[in-house]
Amino acid sequence: MSHLPVLIPITLLFSAFLIPLAGYLRRDFAFAIALIGGCLSAVFSALGLLVVISEGELRYDLGGWAPPIGIEYVLDVLSAFMATVVTLVGSLVLLYSRRSILQEAPERVVPMYALAMLLLAGLSGIIVTADLFNLFVFLEIASLSAYALMAVGDERGPVAAFRYLILGSIAGSFYVLGVGFLYFSTGSLNMADVAQRLPDLYQSRAVVAAVTLIFIALGLKMALFPLHLWLPDVYSYAPSAIAGLIAPIMTKVAAYAIIRMLLTVFQPPYLRDVLPVTSVIAWLAAAGIVYGSIMAIAQSDFRRMLAYSSISQIGYIGLGIGLANPLGLTGALLHILNHAFMKACLFLVAGCIRFRTGQWEVSQFAGLGRKMPWTMAAFTASALSMVGIPPAAGFFSKWYLLLGGIDAGNWIFVATILFSSLLTAVYFFRVLEQVYAAQTKDGSAYKNVSDPPAGMLLPTVVLGAGVLLLGVTNSLIVSGVLRLIVAPLQ
Amino acid sequence: MTTGVEMSRVAESYFSLAPLVAVLISLIAAGFILLSRRRPNLRETWTIVAALCKFTVVSSMVPTVLSGRYPEVTLLEMTPGISLALKADPLGLSFALSASLLWIFTSFYSIGYMRALGEHHQTRYFASFAICLSATMGIAFAANLLTFLIFYEVLTIATYPLVIHNESAAAISAGRKYLAFLLTAGGALLLAVGLTQAIAGSLSFSAGGFLSPSIGQTKLLALFVLFLIGVGAKAGLMPLHSWLPSAMIAPTPVSALLHAVAVVKAGVFGFARVVGFVFGPDSVTQIGATTLVVAVAGGTIILASLLAMAQDNLKRRLAYSTVGHLAYIILGTALASPAGWLGGLFHITTHAAMKITLFFCAGAIYVKTGRENISELDGIGKQMPLTMAAFAVASLGLAGLPPVGGFISKWFLVQGAVESGQLMLLAALLPSGLLNAGYLFPILIRAFFKSSKDFTNFAEAPPLMVMALLSTATFALLLGIYPDGIFYFYSLSSEAVASVLKGVAP
Repeated sequence: MSHLPVLIPITLLFSAFLIPLAGYLRRDFAFAIALIGGCLSAVFSALGLLVVISEGELRYDLGGWAPPIGIEYVLDVLSAFMATVVTLVGSLVLLYSRRSILQEAPERVVPMYALAMLLLAGLSGIIVTADLFNLFVFLEIASLSAYALMAVGDERGPVAAFRYLILGSIAGSFYVLGVGFLYFSTGSLNMADVAQRLPDLYQSRAVVAAVTLIFIALGLKMALFPLHLWLPDVYSYAPSAIAGLIAPIMTKVAAYAIIRMLLTVFQPPYLRDVLPVTSVIAWLAAAGIVYGSIMAIAQSDFRRMLAYSSISQIGYIGLGIGLANPLGLTGALLHILNHAFMKACLFLVAGCIRFRTGQWEVSQFAGLGRKMPWTMAAFTASALSMVGIPPAAGFFSKWYLLLGGIDAGNWIFVATILFSSLLTAVYFFRVLEQVYAAQTKDGSAYKNVSDPPAGMLLPTVVLGAGVLLLGVTNSLIVSGVLRLIVAPLQ
Repeated sequence: MTTGVEMSRVAESYFSLAPLVAVLISLIAAGFILLSRRRPNLRETWTIVAALCKFTVVSSMVPTVLSGRYPEVTLLEMTPGISLALKADPLGLSFALSASLLWIFTSFYSIGYMRALGEHHQTRYFASFAICLSATMGIAFAANLLTFLIFYEVLTIATYPLVIHNESAAAISAGRKYLAFLLTAGGALLLAVGLTQAIAGSLSFSAGGFLSPSIGQTKLLALFVLFLIGVGAKAGLMPLHSWLPSAMIAPTPVSALLHAVAVVKAGVFGFARVVGFVFGPDSVTQIGATTLVVAVAGGTIILASLLAMAQDNLKRRLAYSTVGHLAYIILGTALASPAGWLGGLFHITTHAAMKITLFFCAGAIYVKTGRENISELDGIGKQMPLTMAAFAVASLGLAGLPPVGGFISKWFLVQGAVESGQLMLLAALLPSGLLNAGYLFPILIRAFFKSSKDFTNFAEAPPLMVMALLSTATFALLLGIYPDGIFYFYSLSSEAVASVLKGVAP
C-alpha cells in the first residue's frame, strides 16, 4: 500500500524502457506493453485514490532517505485524483492509438510508444512528487518526450515542436531559477518543509522573485493566456493520436502544478492576500477564455479550432484557480476532469475523421453524420458538453465556476463564463450543422466512409459516454473527492 | 362563474415513480425509434405507443393530485444538496396533461404529414420529437430550479434538429437564430438560478415563493429581470420573439406541437413557476415587477396582433398570434389575483388546443395544395370543408368568443385585470379580441365566401391528419362547454391557483 505513490510513475517508466527491447522482437509488443503499463498505472492511481480518501495521505521516501534530505512522493487526494485522470484518459488514448499511428507513422511505432510512456511517466511524476526540484526533473522528462512526439507529425510538425522546445526550455529555466531562489531563502526543496518556513519570508524579495518565475513557467506550460502561443501549432500538426494524448492532459498537469503551488507550497494567504497572484491568474484566464473562443470561431481547420478551444477551456480552469474560493476551485478541478474527457474525445474524433477521410477542414465534413454515426454521436455529446448543455459534464464545471464567481462578487468573471458559452456554441454548432445538415456537393464523395475500426471507435465512444456519465455523477465526485481538496480554502 | 379558489386544504407529497416514468417513456421510445430506422411502420408504432402510454401515466396522476396528494420522486444528487427531483403538483400536471394529450393527436398527424410529403430523415424527426416530449414532462414536473433548468436546456437542444429539418439555407439560418436567442436566454436563466442558489441557498419550488423580501427590492428586481429574459425568450415575449416566426420553416407538426404547445408553453409555464413558486405573486407586486411585466406583455399582445395582420404566410401569421397569446398567459400570472392566474393557467391548455388546430389546418392545406400563403386560399372551404370548419372553431376561440375554450380564459383574464386594479390592462385585453378576429376571420371569409377555380371538388388531406385536427377542434370546443368535463383541466388550474395564492403547503 505504502508503495503506491512511487508505483504509478515507476510502472510507466519501466514500460517506457521495456518497449524498445520488446519492440525489437515484434512491433506489436510495443503497443501491448504500453497499454498494459498505462492500465496498470491507472489501476494503481484509482486504488490510491480510494485508499487516500479512506485512510489519509500516503507518503513514500525515495531510497529510504527521509525528507527534507531525501525526495518524498506523496499521494494525497489532489495528487491521487490527478493521477487517476491522467492515467485513465492516457490509457484510453493508448488503446485508440494503434491503428492511427500505424497509418500516420508506420516506421516509428516503437519509439513513439516508448516516448509516449516516458511522457506519461513524467506527467505522473510531476503529480506525485513532493519535491520542488524533482518536479523540475519530471517536467523536463515530460517536455522532452513531448517535443520528440510532436515533431513526428506532418511537415510542419518539426517547426511547431521546435518553437515549443524554445518556449518550453525558457519555462524550464524560469522554473528552476525560481526553485533556486526558493532554496536559497528557505534552505529546503521539500514542499511541506518550504511551506513551513515561508511565512517568515513573506516580505523577502527573493521569494517574490521565486513566485514570479515559477508561476510564469507553469503558466507557459499550462498555455495560460498570453503564454499560449506555442499551443495551436503543436496541437494541429502533431500526429492525431499524439495530439489526443497531449491535448487533454499535459496542460492540465501544469494546472495541477499551479494548484499544488497554491495549496501546498505558498499557501492561499500568501498568493491571495499578500501578493496578487491569484487575481492576476484569474484576469489572464478570463481574457484567455474570450480570446480562445473568438480565435476558435475564426478557424476552418478542425484541429486548430479544437486547439484554440483548449486555450479557452484552460482559461476556465485558470479562472477557477484564480478565484481561490472553494466553489471556484471545485469548478476548476471538475473542469480538469471534464475537459480531459471532452478534449480527448474531440481529438480522437478528429483522428477518426482523418483516418477515414483524410480531411481536417470543417467544410469537408458534410454528410459525415450519416456515414460515421457513432463517431459523430460521441462528437455531439462532447460538443454539447463544451457548450455547457446539461446534463453533460461541462455544464456542471461551469455551474461551480459561476457560483464561485458570484461568491467572489466579480460580475465580469460571471459575464465571461456565460458569454463564452455562447461563443463556444457558435463554433461547435457550425461543425454540427456541417456534419448533420449540410448538403454534400458531390453526394458520392464519402461513399465508402464508415465508422473507424473498433479499436479506435471504442475509446472514442467510451469518452463520449463518459462525458454524459460524469455529468450525471458529478455530485459524487464533488462531495466525495473534490470537497476534501478544496477544504484548505474554507 | 366563480374562480373556485376558496377550495383550500393541506397538500402532501408521497413517493411515486409516475412522474419519472412519464419523463422516461418517450426517452426510451426515442432509442427504439433510432433502432428501428429501417422499418418505418415499426418505428411509428413506437411513437404511438409511447404517446398513449405517456398520456395514460400522466392522467393516472390526476385523481390523487386533485385529492391533494402529489406524487414525488427524488433521484440522484446533481450537485451537493440539490437533487434531480420530480413532483407532480396541479400546475405541472395540467401542463404535462395538455402536452401529452396533444402529443397523441400530433403523432397521428405527423405520420400522415411526413408520409404524404415523403419527407427525408424521418427517424431523426420522430426521435427528436420524442426527446422533446420527455424534456417537456421534465419541465412540467421539475421540483426545483436546477431540474427545471436541465430539462429546459435539453428541450432547447432537442428542438434544434426539428427546426433545421429541411436542411435548406433558410432552415439552417432559422436554426442559428433559434439557438442564438434560446441559448442566450438559457445563459440568463443559468445566471438567475445561480444567483438564487447563492442568495437563498435553496432551489426547491415552494407554493407562494421561497425568496424572502428581506433580500432587498433592487436585488430581487434584477433577479426577476434575469428570470424574465430566461423564460421570456421561449415564451416569445417581445423583443425576444423573433426566432419564433423564423422557426416556422420547420415541418408543420413541429410548429403545431412544439411552437404552439410544448416549447413556448415551457416558457410561460416557467414564468408561472418563477412567479408562483420562487418569488411569490405578492412579492412580485411589491418589487414593482408587475408593472414591468404588464407593460412588456401588454405591448406584446397589441404589437404581435398587428404584426400578425401583416403576414401573408399562414404559419407566420399563426406564429405572431402565438406570440400575442403567450403574452396573455404571462400577463395573467403576473397579476396577484386569483382570477388572473386562473385565466392565465387555463389559457395554457385552451390556447394549446386552439392553436394546434390552426397549425394542423395549415399543414393539411399545405399537404393537399402546396400553398402556404393566405392570399392563395380563396375558396379553399369548398375543397376542404372539414379542415376549414375546424379552423373556424379555433379562430372563434382565439378571438375569445363562446362557446369555445378561449372565452373562459379571456373572461378570467379580464376579471383578473379588474380585480388587481390594473385597469390599463383592459386597454390591451379588450381590443386584442378584435385584433384576433381581425387577422383570423379574413382567412375564413376568403375560404368560405370567395370562389376560386382551383378548389371545386371535395378533397381533404390524408385521413390521419383530418382526424387529428377534428379531434383537437372538438377538444377546444369541449374546453369551453365543459371546462372540467374532460380530464379536469379546470380543477387542476384552480387547484394550482389555490396553492399559489392561498399558500397551501405542498
